Amino acid sequence: MKGSLLIIGFFVLGIIVGRSTGLPTAWSLADVSFTALCLLMAAVGFSIGHDPSALSRFRRLNPRLALLPLCTIGGTLTACALASLLTPHSVAEGMAVGAGFGYYSLSGILITGSKGAELGTVALLSNIIRELLTLLGAPLLARWFGSLAPIAAGGATTADTTLPVITRTCGDELAVVSIYHGMVVDFSVPFLVTFFCSLG
Amino acid sequence: MFTVIGCMLAGMIAGSLLSRRRVPGIQGTVNLLIWLLLFLLGWEAGSNRQLIDALPRLGGEALLLSTAATLGSAVAAALLLRCVRRKGRKEEHGS
Repeated sequence: MKGSLLIIGFFVLGIIVGRSTGLPTAWSLADVSFTALCLLMAAVGFSIGHDPSALSRFRRLNPRLALLPLCTIGGTLTACALASLLTPHSVAEGMAVGAGFGYYSLSGILITGSKGAELGTVALLSNIIRELLTLLGAPLLARWFGSLAPIAAGGATTADTTLPVITRTCGDELAVVSIYHGMVVDFSVPFLVTFFCSLG
Repeated sequence: MFTVIGCMLAGMIAGSLLSRRRVPGIQGTVNLLIWLLLFLLGWEAGSNRQLIDALPRLGGEALLLSTAATLGSAVAAALLLRCVRRKGRKEEHGS
């Protein structure tokens, strides 16, 4: 709980700084974020490599876990189709937003291009919130729905940004499942978003 | 994405090479970097006027869809986990 509050605290602090100062002009925010992400991944990799039991625990994993990306895609799209009935947008549009799977930059751009800025902004917001929900709620999701739930919730982000939180919550042995899951879901985003946008 | 995974692999190799030595502070470094990334994500979102201005109007719909997406995928993952565990138990009894 304290960890989640700290994460929210830093995020809110960032919003306040961003609102008051705008984007920095002397340096690129995206470059610094990317460098920090690379360092973070190296640190996560180090802690996995440093623990000799992680590899043997990974070998005992069930091969059926390869189906996890399909569960994520199916569960997300079904729930978004149902939830979109409560919104002013169509079922296909709701599914297009869901098919971003947390990949907010790409889905926001694709949906803005084919459906306009309003749905594009919903997609951007919705997919940022999904990433935040995973970062903040991973321990709760794991408690309520089991150790695979934080990976499924992270969608396309589980190979990078949400991986550290996932390995901390679900254990190092699921890191490889998380990376595989993130890559498969990530590749599906442009196809599924474009497909649901074309439906109406 | 591949650069990021490459960094992780490099970290894993370094970690396994140093597996006999105690390396303090790794978990603390991970936490600090997660906080830094969240701060930068907030900064990026906060400096996007269009996004902040649209929050009151479109925020509710975005929150509904993201909560549905998160819970829908979590339920599907729970079903898979149950299926994996049942299969595992059967195999244990069978052998």
